[in-house]
Amino acid sequence: MAKIKSFAELKKIKEQVQTRVELREKGENINDLIQIKVAMATCGIASGAREIMNYMIDELASEGVDNVVITQTGCMGYCYAEPTIEVTIPGKESVIYGDVTEAKALEIIQKHIVNGEMVDGIIPATHKTIE
Amino acid sequence: MSVKTDLTETKFNELEAYMETIPVKKGELIRVLHKAQGIFGYLPEEVQKYVAKKMNVSTAKVFGVVSFYSYFTMKPKGEHDIAICLGTACYVRGAEKILDAIKRETGIEVGETSADGKFSITGLRCVGACGLAPVVMVNDKVYGRLTADMIKGIIDNYR
Amino acid sequence: MANYNTHVLVCGGTGCISAESDLIIENIEKQLVEEGMADSVQVLKTGCFGFCEKGPIVKILPDNTFYVQVTPDDATELVKEHIVKGRKVERLLFTDPETKEKVSDSKNMDFYKKQLRIALRNCGIIDPDKIEDYIARDGYSALGKVLTEMTQDELIDIMKASGLRGRGGGGFPTGLKWNFAKGYASDQKYVICNADEGDPGAFMDRSILEGDPHSIVEAMAINGYAIGATIGKVYIRAEYPLAIKRLEKAIDDAREYGLLGEDIMGTGFNFDIDLTYGAGAFVCGEETALIHSMEGERGEPTTKPPFPAESGYWGKPTNVNNVETFANVPVIILKGADWFASIGSEKSKGTKVFALAGKINNVGLIEVPMGTTLREVIYDIGGGIKDGKKFKSVQTGGPSGGCLTAKDLDTPIDYDNLIAKGSMMGSGGMIVMDEDDCMVSVAKFYLQFTEEESCGKCTPCRVGTKRLSELLELITEGKGEMKHLDELKHLSRVIKDTALCGLGQTAPNPVLSTMEAFADEYLAHIKDGKCPAGQCKNLLEYKVLEDKCIGCTACARVCPVNCISGEVKKLHVIDQSACIKCGACMDKCKFDAIIKQ
Repeated sequence: MAKIKSFAELKKIKEQVQTRVELREKGENINDLIQIKVAMATCGIASGAREIMNYMIDELASEGVDNVVITQTGCMGYCYAEPTIEVTIPGKESVIYGDVTEAKALEIIQKHIVNGEMVDGIIPATHKTIE
Repeated sequence: MSVKTDLTETKFNELEAYMETIPVKKGELIRVLHKAQGIFGYLPEEVQKYVAKKMNVSTAKVFGVVSFYSYFTMKPKGEHDIAICLGTACYVRGAEKILDAIKRETGIEVGETSADGKFSITGLRCVGACGLAPVVMVNDKVYGRLTADMIKGIIDNYR
Repeated sequence: MANYNTHVLVCGGTGCISAESDLIIENIEKQLVEEGMADSVQVLKTGCFGFCEKGPIVKILPDNTFYVQVTPDDATELVKEHIVKGRKVERLLFTDPETKEKVSDSKNMDFYKKQLRIALRNCGIIDPDKIEDYIARDGYSALGKVLTEMTQDELIDIMKASGLRGRGGGGFPTGLKWNFAKGYASDQKYVICNADEGDPGAFMDRSILEGDPHSIVEAMAINGYAIGATIGKVYIRAEYPLAIKRLEKAIDDAREYGLLGEDIMGTGFNFDIDLTYGAGAFVCGEETALIHSMEGERGEPTTKPPFPAESGYWGKPTNVNNVETFANVPVIILKGADWFASIGSEKSKGTKVFALAGKINNVGLIEVPMGTTLREVIYDIGGGIKDGKKFKSVQTGGPSGGCLTAKDLDTPIDYDNLIAKGSMMGSGGMIVMDEDDCMVSVAKFYLQFTEEESCGKCTPCRVGTKRLSELLELITEGKGEMKHLDELKHLSRVIKDTALCGLGQTAPNPVLSTMEAFADEYLAHIKDGKCPAGQCKNLLEYKVLEDKCIGCTACARVCPVNCISGEVKKLHVIDQSACIKCGACMDKCKFDAIIKQ
C-alpha cells in the first residue's frame, strides 16, 4: 500500500472501499429498502440464477441504485420458471418474476425498481411466507 | 519441588538478549519485567537481582515495582493455573461459592501453588466475560455460567 | 474483489471468544466451502455487539438476522438453512422474554431500541483488523478535515462547544483539558490514552479497542494536532492480549497508509503512537500515577498541581484521556459540536457506555444518551431482574461509586445527578443487585478491593481502607457492635477529606452510600445477628424442613463435607457444627425442603 498523500486521496480511497460496508449499513435499515431475493437452490443455480444475481448486483451499482438489497434464498418452488426472483418494495405485495434473463433483469431494474412499474413475466405467487 | 532448576542459563541469556534491544534503559523497567516473567514464568529474587544489575538500578527498586503490580508474581504458577474472576459481576453471581469449591478441590488458597506443582489459583479482577459470570479460566480455556457442583468435574480434567 | 452478497458477522469480543466464537467462524467457513459459496459469502469477525448475555452472537446481512447463543455445532445448520435456502433458523433467534415471540431483527429488540451507539458506532459492524472497513465508515476523514481545514484553536473550540466530558470517571471537560495542554510551550509534548481499565466489572474500553481500534488511533492524532504533540502513547493493561493485538495491527496499518508517521496526508503534521503495558494496579487510572507507571516506576500518584498539562510524562506537557473519550472525538469533528451537544442532558452531553452486569437478564455493553433513566436501562434494555427476583440496588462507579436504590430508578443518569445521589459515573460499570445480595457484604467486597489496590503512599488510604474493611468484616461475621457504625462513618469522612488522590478520596463511597440507603440491613446484622439477604455465612443456618423432605438423599450426596445424614426415604439432618454453608444442598434439593435462615 502506497502512503496516502493528501486528504483528497483519502476521500478517493473511501469511495473505492465504500462497498465493503455498504451491505452491512443497508442491513441496518432493511425494512426501508427494496429487497430482491434470488432463488438459488440446485435447479435455480443450474438455470443460471447465480449469474443473474451477479449481473443484477453489478447493474444496480452501475445505475447508481442504492436502495436495493439482493439476497439469495432457497427454492421457491417455481421449478418450471427458473431462474426466479422475488421483488419486494416496502409497503407493497411482493411479486415474483420467472424465467429471468439478463435482458429481463435489466428491464426489472429500470422499470420496476426505479419507476415502480411492473413488467411482463410475473408469475402467480402460490405461496405465502410466514415470518 | 525444586523450582530453582527453572532458572537456566539459557533463560538468562534470552533475557539479556532482549535487554540489549532496548537502547535507552530509562523508564523501561516494567517492560523488561514483563519480558522476564514471560521467560521465567515468575520473578524470583535471582531474576530481580539480575534485572537490577543489568538495568543499573537498585534491587530494592526492582522489588518495589514487582511487589506493586498484581500482574507480577514472585511464586511459580502451577502446571495448570486456575484463574477465577473476582470482578463485581462475577461476585454478585456467586463467584465466592465457586472459589470455595475450587479451594476445597485443590486444597490451596488464592495465590498459592499445590505441593505437587499441579495447580495454582489466581484471582483476576475482570475477564470481561460478564455475560458468562461467574467465570473461571484454566490455563487459557474459559468456563462460564458455573455452579459450585461443576467445579470437581472441571478440575478432574486436569488431574 | 470478490462479489460478496451476504455478510456473516461473528462477534469477536472477549466474551464471545471465551464461548468459542473462533470455532464458529471456522465451521461456517468450512461449510461455505463445501457448499461452493465461499466466494459469495463473507465471514467477518467483528467487535463486541454488546449483548454478551446471549453470546456468541452471529448476525447475517443483508437481511439483518440476529442469532444468539450460537455454538460451533450450529454452524452447519446456519449455512445450510439460512444462507443456502434463505430460511431463518428459528431456534437460534432471540426470544422476547415478555411476549415469548421470536425476534429476528436486532432493531426490534428492546435491548437495542433505546440505545444510541456513538462511541460503539463501529463495534459489530466493521472488521477491526481491516483499515479499509474503518475508512469506508468515514475513518480518518476527521483527521483529514482537522489537518486541512482547521487551526488548533478552531479544533479546540469545537471540542469545547461539544460539551464532551472525560469518560474515565472524573468528567472533566475534554476541550478545556486540551486547551491547557496546548497553552504550555515545550519542545516535546505527549498524548496519552488511558487504556488501563481497572474497574472490576467494566469492560467498555476493552470492547472499543477490540472492536474499533482505529477510532482511538485517529482521535489521538487529532489530539496531537490540537496540543502540538507528535508522540502518542497508549497505556494498556497487559491482561488485554486481544486488545493489544488489534491495536498494534491498527497502528501498523495506519503507519503503512501514511495516516501515522511523518507528513500525514501531505500536511506536514507528524504523529506516531506506541504502546506501554500496565501491570495491574487500579490506582494507575489516576493520571499522575499512570504517568509514573509509564516511566517504569511504582504507580503512585502525586499532588496536583502541577497538572500533567504542564508537567506530565518525563516532565513535559501531556494530555491524558481515556479510550471512550477518544472514541467520541472523530464523530464530533465530522458531525459537528452542535449535533453532539443536542444529545444528552443539560450538563452531560452525548452518550455513555455502560457495562451492565449482575442480576439482570440482559448482561451486556450498552450505550445510551446521557439523561436516560435507570429504569429504562434496567427494565427496558436490561430486560429486568433475573429469575423474577426483586430489584434491590444498582452500583455505579465501581469501587469509587455508590449504590442507588428503587427510589432512584427515575433519576436521569448523568455526571451531576449521580454525584448528588452519593455515587458517581466512574468508568461505567453498572452492577445490578437483587434481594439475595447483602449490601454490607457488597460494601466489604469493594473495600477489600481498594484495600488491596491502595498504593500505600498516603496513610488515610493505606491504613484507613484496611480499618474500614476490618469493621465491615466484623459486622458480616456477626461480631458487630453499634459503635462500629459511628466508627465507620467517622473514618469514612476522614479518608474522604485527607487522602491524596481520587482513589482514596472516593474509597469510602460504597460504605457511606450503603449505610445511608440500607441502614436497616446494617442494624439487622448487628442487633439481630441476621443477614436479611441470607448471604453472610456466619449469620445463617441451612435447615431441612421435616414436612417437605422425602429422603431422596440428593443433598447428602452433593454435600462436599458429608455433614448431612439420614437414611433413604427418611428425614435428613444437617450437622451444623460441620456445615460450611456452601449452599450446595439447597441448590440440589428438588422439593424446596432445604431453607436458609
